[in-house]
Amino acid sequence: MVAFRRSLRSKPVWLHGVARAAPIVMGYIPIGFAYGVLAQQAGLSLFNTLAMSVIVYAGSSQLIATGLFAAGIPAWSIIATTFVVNLRHLLFSAALSPYLKGWRKREVAAFAYELTDESFALHSAAFVARMPPKAEIFAINVTAQLSWILGGALGAVVGGWITDVKPLALDYTLPAMFIGLLVMQIKVRREIVVAVLSGLLAVAMTVGGFGRWSVIVATLFGATLGIVLERLGDRGSNGQPGIPAKPEGDS
Amino acid sequence: MIDQRSVLFTMVGMLLVTYLPRVLPVWLFSERPLPPLVVAWLRYVPVAVLSAMLLPSIVLVEERVTLAPGNLFLWAAIPTFIVAWKTRSLFAAVLLGMVLVAGARFAIGIG
Repeated sequence: MVAFRRSLRSKPVWLHGVARAAPIVMGYIPIGFAYGVLAQQAGLSLFNTLAMSVIVYAGSSQLIATGLFAAGIPAWSIIATTFVVNLRHLLFSAALSPYLKGWRKREVAAFAYELTDESFALHSAAFVARMPPKAEIFAINVTAQLSWILGGALGAVVGGWITDVKPLALDYTLPAMFIGLLVMQIKVRREIVVAVLSGLLAVAMTVGGFGRWSVIVATLFGATLGIVLERLGDRGSNGQPGIPAKPEGDS
Repeated sequence: MIDQRSVLFTMVGMLLVTYLPRVLPVWLFSERPLPPLVVAWLRYVPVAVLSAMLLPSIVLVEERVTLAPGNLFLWAAIPTFIVAWKTRSLFAAVLLGMVLVAGARFAIGIG
């Protein structure tokens, strides 16, 4: 604790990173809590519940995995599902790569370990404007993961007393989280078209019995559609920042 | 009872398939920059992937499109979207969505 305080004093950028992580922490504690409860319900030990937050650290696939463990799905199938769900990190990682030019390999390795939807959203917005100091970037990542582990621990401890997750709507954590993340990613009108059509394709594929591939196929389709729309010519209000329905001057 | 050792073993596999996609692109492409077209394409990925995960989870009930009022996940999504868009807060969106679904289950006993 003393060492921690001292490092804060000598490196104020650190503290700045911790502060910038606040919106992520606000999301991770309750969602981590839901994960902790669901993991307990699934029969995971406290050690395994926390270990998953430390070594896997991927919110949506951890929530999905608790359900799969509870259902007795074989290991290879859980790993394959995790792989498909987390393939998007491939694209996050590639998207941030131009900004990490000149970093040491081990710094890149440490940064990538804590790359999530939320940290990607925060970093990608900030990196475009100005590259923050590395200490600040790592402070954001470490604070976020610690809050995720803490939320999971709280949920795991309380989870023993919760017999049914439905009255608390813990099964709605993941959809609500996706809504929040999606809205935060949408900056131009074209992205709404991309979101709607990739979502519909994923629905159609799932109904058609190709649910396993729906996320990756709909993602490839959606991103390609975005580029095609972008290149087909931006006219009118396309390409303008902000969401169209929002009236001018509204705070 | 599930076997805790096999859970841990599975998680090591999950670590590999999660970490490699996170680290390999940034490792490979931070030295040699990607073509601008690829970078532009990558900008659309988060929106597409989030929507592809979200929409089936709220529109489908047992793999069938269900628009009936009983599909709480779908109807709770509308105010959740509005609040997420107005506040730009993940926390507010998650909290509202859960309160709505929990409230509806408590009040009308559906879902």
